[in-house]
Amino acid sequence: MSAVISETHHEEHPAGIKRWLFTTNHKDIGTLYLMFALVMFFIGGAMALVIRAELFEPGLQIVEPQFFNSMTTMHALVMIFGVVMPAFTGLANWLIPMMVGATDMALPRMNNWSFWILPFAFAMLLSTLFMSGGGPAGGWTMYPPLMLQTGDAFPFVIFAIHLMGISSIMGSINVIATILNMRAPGMHLMRMPLFVWTWLITAYLLIATMPVLAGAVTMLLTDKYFGTSFFNAAGGGDPVMFQHIFWFFGHPEVYILILPAFGIASSIIPTFARKPLFGYASMVYATASIAFLSFIVWAHHMFTVGMPLAGELFFMLTTMMIAVPTGVKVFNWVATMWKGSMTFETPMLFALGFVIMFTIGGFSGLMLAIAPVDFQYHDTYFVVAHFHYVLVPGAVFSIIAAVYYWLPKWTGHMYNETLGKWHFWLSTIFVNLTFFPMHFVGLAGMPRRIPDYALQFADFNAIASVGAFGFGFAQLLFVYIIFQTIRGGEKASDQVWEGAHGLEWTLSSPPPYHSFTTAPEVK
Amino acid sequence: MSNAHVKRAMGALLGAGLALSAGGAGADWEVNMTEGVTGISRTVYDLHMLIFWICVVIGIVVFGAMFYSIIKHRKSKGHQAAQFHESTTVEVFWTLVPFLILVGMAIPATKTLIAMEDTSNADMTIKVTGYQWKWHYDYMDDGISFFSNLSTPREQIENRADKGDHYLLEVDNAVVVPVNTKIRFLVTANDVIHSFWVPELAVKKDAIPGFVNEIWTRIDEPGTYRGQCAELCGKDHGFMPIVVVALEEQEYLNWVDEQKAAREAELLASGKDWGLADLMAKGESVYGTNCAACHQANGEGLPGMFPAIKGSQIATSDLSKHLDIVMHGKPGTAMAAFGPQLSDVELAAVLTYQRNAFGNDTGDIVQPSDIKAAR
Repeated sequence: MSAVISETHHEEHPAGIKRWLFTTNHKDIGTLYLMFALVMFFIGGAMALVIRAELFEPGLQIVEPQFFNSMTTMHALVMIFGVVMPAFTGLANWLIPMMVGATDMALPRMNNWSFWILPFAFAMLLSTLFMSGGGPAGGWTMYPPLMLQTGDAFPFVIFAIHLMGISSIMGSINVIATILNMRAPGMHLMRMPLFVWTWLITAYLLIATMPVLAGAVTMLLTDKYFGTSFFNAAGGGDPVMFQHIFWFFGHPEVYILILPAFGIASSIIPTFARKPLFGYASMVYATASIAFLSFIVWAHHMFTVGMPLAGELFFMLTTMMIAVPTGVKVFNWVATMWKGSMTFETPMLFALGFVIMFTIGGFSGLMLAIAPVDFQYHDTYFVVAHFHYVLVPGAVFSIIAAVYYWLPKWTGHMYNETLGKWHFWLSTIFVNLTFFPMHFVGLAGMPRRIPDYALQFADFNAIASVGAFGFGFAQLLFVYIIFQTIRGGEKASDQVWEGAHGLEWTLSSPPPYHSFTTAPEVK
Repeated sequence: MSNAHVKRAMGALLGAGLALSAGGAGADWEVNMTEGVTGISRTVYDLHMLIFWICVVIGIVVFGAMFYSIIKHRKSKGHQAAQFHESTTVEVFWTLVPFLILVGMAIPATKTLIAMEDTSNADMTIKVTGYQWKWHYDYMDDGISFFSNLSTPREQIENRADKGDHYLLEVDNAVVVPVNTKIRFLVTANDVIHSFWVPELAVKKDAIPGFVNEIWTRIDEPGTYRGQCAELCGKDHGFMPIVVVALEEQEYLNWVDEQKAAREAELLASGKDWGLADLMAKGESVYGTNCAACHQANGEGLPGMFPAIKGSQIATSDLSKHLDIVMHGKPGTAMAAFGPQLSDVELAAVLTYQRNAFGNDTGDIVQPSDIKAAR
């Protein structure tokens, strides 16, 4: 009897603002994360448009060089820590309990805390733009000694990064605890959906590397305010050591930003090919191999610092090795499509766009791995083109694909398919118009992070700027579609997609407040 | 948005179409890396093209299979889904084949890297030091040394004048070198990290305070080769180009003699007393190249970042304090120590200028001999 009462009591939750402030529910927290990422996407995007407006033609027109530098720095910090990571965490919150057959996340109160740290961290980070001396302008990589020239913003940036790190680590502990402890009977590790697998590995990467970043920025802090000389050559320190520590975090971070995307593509492509994922086990092993390799390739970000030949060779060869497991993944996705029965709804379009354009980013990545040629590519727009291909039509497209794919499940309504297709085609055309010409100017010799450039780079820069504004405005359509779907629309069935398999599709659309109150049977 | 902007936007859209169809002909549509003018740069270019074509072939195969599948294996054409989902043979195949391709790439890459790192047996050595935001060159064998500053006028950068052909890629003093000579560059920095890069020589090396990095080049053809700082180094990172002028052997030797003669003249000048007008004229130009980037041409600085010189306590009262901060810099800020960077004459001129320009009007005259005494 008392059990029944507590059951019904659990179903009650506060309405209005209190629901969101005090929620411990994985779906509410997932929604908060995703909404936060969406807001930050437009803030970071506005910064990108400031950059592209200034670079539209040669000369200084719109902003001062110092402010330009703080735009490039903030754009990166916002997009990485404020958009892609929270969006993936939001998806993990929504999906992992439903995919493994659990009621909720393992640590619901910590879940609330790990989200609510973020708005404060980013409010603090963004507030530095209004401080004396302006926002941080040393690049998101924060290399000393330049970073130590930051004005009043400096300690606030460091503290904001600490908070983001704490949030990520708590989120990761929660993901690992949920996956390892709360799977339904029969949900063996090698039966888990790939999205769950990639997030499990991502969570370990986060726990291993975020403390390293925290250490690096703390050493910056003590170098500036407490007279230490970790990175100051004049005091016996080593400015290059910062880069080694930073990239020991930074390279696994790159995979933190892409592994969940692999999981998303591996969920969506089989559904719309109506055929099981090809090479499930090899996908798991490839993900694990990429994660392992990510820890031993970091110095390929710093081929020009003057490493010994042996070091350059080691990092070149290990970096090239990453192409093998990454290639396996792409081949498996193509093999999944092969002889399928494909349809091309919006999630599938974004997933296919992801595979193609991520692979283009992979090719330029392989080129960048070749150390003697990297000396020509390093710190040019070729690098900018490379990482935007893997992050925008890569990570961001996968997130958009995931939203279209699971939105009917989350809201119980179908989104507008026509508008979704418009969104895909506009995004794809403009994203290529923005980033493809950057390969050209980079190869022709344009360094990155400059507010003004020589005349021979003018035409491609103008094209990139037009593309960027197009891409930015196309995303307003995404917001419209999301809110239209939340408000109403055609009723979605429980399975939503004809070819969808997995526990989340056995729940109602929208799913109950507590996902699986009795554990489902997995056969 | 002005009419010119709209036209430019239209032109850009049109250009995008053209570039795709014409493959980008003409100098303004350069789409590829330079082959450069050294043996190494050509090897690097070949390696770049080799990897590029390998990627293109792999791309054609993978995307070809994908698009074939997308076109043929679709539900709307009534294609029934097969249910195969595993094949160890296939997995082993597409693990091993890429691995072998990578080995094929790694061999020439390793060879090139070894050649690039061999800085032994150089014929001459030039020390390159990065400063915020200029380069300093020190010919270790001939005792010649000078700073190299951006020479593009502010009016062009601020769109008040038409931009020249070498906009942002031109300097007051280019680094002059002979052709067919193995030149070793020792690269370091004075304040923050910079990166020395000349695309046509295929050399890029970070200039790091407290470290000395080595690179080498042997230029085949006389000419002017332009590069830029490649590591974010603060506000004017985009405004510190590198210009290398490669001359025939004999012309280079003549240039060395000219430089030595100029140095003699400079030494003579620092021995004599200067008048206010001469110091102010020289001071204005020294200020323009060394101080104006931060403190601004009008001496008003940038509030919150770079203090004003106009009406400042330091520039209007005690001279010894003013001299100290200019000579030794201010640790923990962007204010560099100019003592080692500028000559006695230049320091005397710039101090005199700062104390008398912008309405500071102290009437103080600083002589080169005062600087010599303070060193």
